[in-house]
Amino acid sequence: MDLSFVILVEMLYAVATLVLISAGLAVVFGMMKVINLAHGEFMMMGGYATITAVNFGVNIFVAMLIIAPIAVGLIGLLVERLVIRHLYGRLIDTMLATWGLSLLFVGLATMIFGNTTTGISTPIPGFTVGNYQVNGYNFFIIVISIMLIAGMLAVLKGTRAGLIARGTMQRSDMASALGYSPDRIYMATFFCGSALSGLAGAVLAPLVGLVPTSGVAYIAKAFITVVAGGPALIAGLISSAASFGIINQVFAFAVSPVIGDVALFVTAIVLLRLMPQGITSRFFKGKL
Amino acid sequence: MSLNRRNLLKSTAALSAAAMMPKVLMADGHGPIKLGSVLDTSGGFDAYGRPMDMAMRLAVEEINTGGGLLGREVEVVAYDTQSDMALYTQYAQRLTRQDQVDVVHGGILSASREAIRQTLRRSETLYFYNVLYEGGVCDRNIFINGVTPAQQVEALVPHAMANSGPRVYVIAADYNYGHNTAGWIRHYVEANGGEIVGIDFLPLDVNDFGSTIASIQTASPDLVIAPLVGGAHLSFFRQWAASGMKDRIPLASTTMGVGNEHKVLTPEEGDGIMVAYNYSQELDTPNNTSFKERWTAAYGNTDDIHEIAVSNYQGVVTWAEAVRQAGSIDRMAIIEALETGLSIEGPAGTVTVDPQTHHAILDVHLMEIRDQGMQVIETLPQRQPVDVQAVCDLGANPDDNTQYEIEI
Repeated sequence: MDLSFVILVEMLYAVATLVLISAGLAVVFGMMKVINLAHGEFMMMGGYATITAVNFGVNIFVAMLIIAPIAVGLIGLLVERLVIRHLYGRLIDTMLATWGLSLLFVGLATMIFGNTTTGISTPIPGFTVGNYQVNGYNFFIIVISIMLIAGMLAVLKGTRAGLIARGTMQRSDMASALGYSPDRIYMATFFCGSALSGLAGAVLAPLVGLVPTSGVAYIAKAFITVVAGGPALIAGLISSAASFGIINQVFAFAVSPVIGDVALFVTAIVLLRLMPQGITSRFFKGKL
Repeated sequence: MSLNRRNLLKSTAALSAAAMMPKVLMADGHGPIKLGSVLDTSGGFDAYGRPMDMAMRLAVEEINTGGGLLGREVEVVAYDTQSDMALYTQYAQRLTRQDQVDVVHGGILSASREAIRQTLRRSETLYFYNVLYEGGVCDRNIFINGVTPAQQVEALVPHAMANSGPRVYVIAADYNYGHNTAGWIRHYVEANGGEIVGIDFLPLDVNDFGSTIASIQTASPDLVIAPLVGGAHLSFFRQWAASGMKDRIPLASTTMGVGNEHKVLTPEEGDGIMVAYNYSQELDTPNNTSFKERWTAAYGNTDDIHEIAVSNYQGVVTWAEAVRQAGSIDRMAIIEALETGLSIEGPAGTVTVDPQTHHAILDVHLMEIRDQGMQVIETLPQRQPVDVQAVCDLGANPDDNTQYEIEI
């Protein structure tokens, strides 16, 4: 009984983590069609922003939820103005450019913070379930992911800005004809996507030992989740994160964490063979 | 000067004669003695390599201020291998062919050692590998002064079991070091009347240990031993503490702290982890105090000193002592001097060369991490590398050139 509760928490946590690490990429790649290979490095910078702010005495929650997303969002803004805006619609070129950016960011982080492991401890204590101890921070991540999804849904569906952004992504020429500046809208959307990546890196920072190359660990999972999700932004994110997260944890508990990761990637391959356009090309059609 | 054939010939002849001069001088033994060093002072392993480089330079500087060796100065020829295994072979060849060094100290990962060991053996260049490792190298051209599993695990396991209980769970890094060490842990747990209730191997990039921590709880062991390696694996100690397990099941490790990882963890996360090494900054001996003062004078503070930096320092000091005793920089003369069972007093205590294996007999300290330091609980003096001794006898087989996988 206790164990099944622990497994349930770990499953929800795995799904929440996938949602979190993929949300920024879902906006940048899923919506804007920019293959952002520097996504992992945006997360890494979010982590460093948090640790730096905490070391300066800022409250850890403020650092994670406000400072890190804004800092990384601003870096994203700079990147968009200098590099990405020249490359919209050129899928392969964005890949090359962002790969270069990712190397640049790893190099910069190494110069600034050194190539050593840093970290902060989790702000939430563990608690007991029967005979088991559970990491209390897992619940925080689950809650953050739910709020993130709700927030994205509210902005994209409920606000005029979200509507304009979605419209521009579909037909920027029409948006332009209606008097909106696609250039500005792309810029703002890229800012939001980067900020989401920064948030993910920040929230995960207390769980890991951070090094400048930490981003690499997330990039594959983030891309797989977004690609397998398919055309619908949020429904795709939730459905693929849920399937991968649950399968990963089932195998991790039944066999070992390594087999859990293997199962995740095998599932991804099978899923993309059966549904090359992603889950939401067959289910939840027409959803956001 | 106008450039005609005669002038050109004259000047080039003079130039090449000049270029030959230092070599002639060196053969007479008047130039500096060259110490080659290959270490990763940048890239992913620089947390290990940079302090090792600092330690080597400190040792050489001290030798030179003390008048050098055999009346000659020691010159460092160092290359940064940038955490790239391919560069090791390249620089080892440059050190032997172009620089023609008298000795090479260096190599960090076991892979890097194996990349250069044969090159140095073929070119008859004496080699010192000053890092703790999985054991088993048997080669008369190499001297190794890091602790082997028998010196470390044999001490750590009974101590940790006495502090907890007989049921042990192992989580290890998934490559040869982790597998070999896990084998040794199983061996010594069973030899001490204990039982292994679970073993997990984790790839070096795993950084989420939720399910592992839950499986450990399901097995409910009395003790967890964690030979984990690298930055991603540091997350385990953090997540272990975050789930509140730290106060429930004691933890021991064979790697934690080698790269000063215990200074990254907060005291709440690190306190109480049991380890066993040759060196701790908290060693309260005159040798260590003076070493730390000299290090501070050279580098400002003692933040960077760690286990294998001290090993590297002791390696250079051992070599220097052997040169003095041999009275020559001839490779065989130095090897024979070392094989007399030469001893030095290093920051971590007495280090004696074991003639049979070319490994080291040294003190091992049982320690506990406390307030981001390593508190020495018990010192086990002058432990023999019995695991290597069981397979390697260079006295009987001087031409041996193998890394034995030690059958447990």
